[in-house]
Amino acid sequence: MECYFDNVATNPIRQEVYEAMLPYLKEEFGNPLSVYPLGVKAREAVEKAREQVASLVNAKTNEIVFTSSGAEANNFALRGIAFAHQYSGKHVIVSRMEHHSVLNSARFLEKLGFTVTYVTPDKYGVIHPEDIKKAITDETILISVIHASSEVGTIEPIKEIAAIAKEHNIIMHTDAVASVGNIPVDVKELGVDLLSMAAHQFNGPKGAGAIYIKEGTRIIPLIFGGIQEGGRRAGTENVPAIVGMGLAAELAKKELSEKMEHVKKLRDRTIEGVMKIENVHFTGHPENRLPGHASFCVEFIEGEGMLLMLASKGIYVASGSACTSKALKASPVLLSMGIPSHIAHGSIVFSYGRENTMEQVEYALEEFPQIIKRLRELSPFAKGWEGTEEGGSCIQKK
Amino acid sequence: MYSKEVMDHFMNPRNVGEMPDADGVGVEGNPVCGDVMKLFIKVDGDRIVDAKFQTFGCGAAIAVSSMITEMVKGKTLDEALQISKEKVAEALGGLPPQKMHCSNLGADALKKAIEDYRQKAGSKN
Repeated sequence: MECYFDNVATNPIRQEVYEAMLPYLKEEFGNPLSVYPLGVKAREAVEKAREQVASLVNAKTNEIVFTSSGAEANNFALRGIAFAHQYSGKHVIVSRMEHHSVLNSARFLEKLGFTVTYVTPDKYGVIHPEDIKKAITDETILISVIHASSEVGTIEPIKEIAAIAKEHNIIMHTDAVASVGNIPVDVKELGVDLLSMAAHQFNGPKGAGAIYIKEGTRIIPLIFGGIQEGGRRAGTENVPAIVGMGLAAELAKKELSEKMEHVKKLRDRTIEGVMKIENVHFTGHPENRLPGHASFCVEFIEGEGMLLMLASKGIYVASGSACTSKALKASPVLLSMGIPSHIAHGSIVFSYGRENTMEQVEYALEEFPQIIKRLRELSPFAKGWEGTEEGGSCIQKK
Repeated sequence: MYSKEVMDHFMNPRNVGEMPDADGVGVEGNPVCGDVMKLFIKVDGDRIVDAKFQTFGCGAAIAVSSMITEMVKGKTLDEALQISKEKVAEALGGLPPQKMHCSNLGADALKKAIEDYRQKAGSKN
């Protein structure tokens, strides 16, 4: 049985979305800036998509800028705000729960002379608003905290953090790539100034992302050139991808509560099933988490082995282990939560989407314990972490 | 990402398990880094007659361990010491560049097992 359980990596594109994109890959090839009918049609398609995306996050259409990806949106937010506001101050606050596109942008800013404070989460992966408050200085111009973690599923208290930012007249960005289309996201309610999203996280195409920029927020473009996207993002629009993102956004909004209810059942069944296995730790927040996200650390074995063996059974999941990354380091997010690295190597994430079924979950729950057993038989630590310095404490048991 | 040989040795690892009466044991790696290899050898005269392993690590680490235990069997200690990380990787049909250190780990664990045996044998005489 084929089970795609890696919806934090990407989602399959919906049939309706795929079909809606097709004309713009061929006959409707016009440039949205052209004044003749072919161009006008492309322009109208882009503007319709903008309305659809704006509606998904409760923004105005002029507050949505299309990008090539969530990563571009995050780069744009950090660099664009830092460059535009550097004369008011050169201090930026980010959390240690961030995606590489935020973290590496922050590191780049440090090279340019900005100071960055990295705020550490608690053991559930939660960034506490008071810790953000403590990090604020007179120089702080930007706070960026992820909305929901794709690694441990935790949803951050963005509303509370944004309120603190506003109180101190600091611009607030959130990377909502993992949350938009998966839980309700309302930019007004969150009170953020910038919010990043990506179409392929809600059954849209890859190559399409967007950033919400609150009206009146000063920002310097990442890409200079023409007047596309109100001069904030040059380059001829990726019309088919944008059209796909628009329709995916509309459908995601319409079916959100239904989808949440569906994936939550799969998630809860997974947690129940996997936690029956010995020496498995639940990671992330038990309640405030993405509805389709179940994450664990399995002791005495390593994530890549689990991934490969599950894949041989047709089950596709993710891990934050060192060996699955080219950097060969355990996930910084897991480490920042206080999980010892030898345990972080056994991380595994099951993330569900609208296409998954309970039948698939039951199949995976049958296979998974056998795979763990098999890998533990190979492990020199099958009887415990003898001879290692870290004993495996400081991880919560659910 | 992995060759057919790596996948075969990972999915069907040879010579898995502890060897309570091993003549030499070599451990290399650290769980903090994500891989630990424990290699056991049984020696008769100066020849390795049996080898087993236990490994905590990725697919490549497990495949390397399995392959190295196969390669050393029947070899003299000196011949076994000639098994380099490149030879193990080659026998596995190559390893991705970022996984070459797994091969290193295997060669080092083998060296340590042989040293361990020689030390024990030396102290007996």
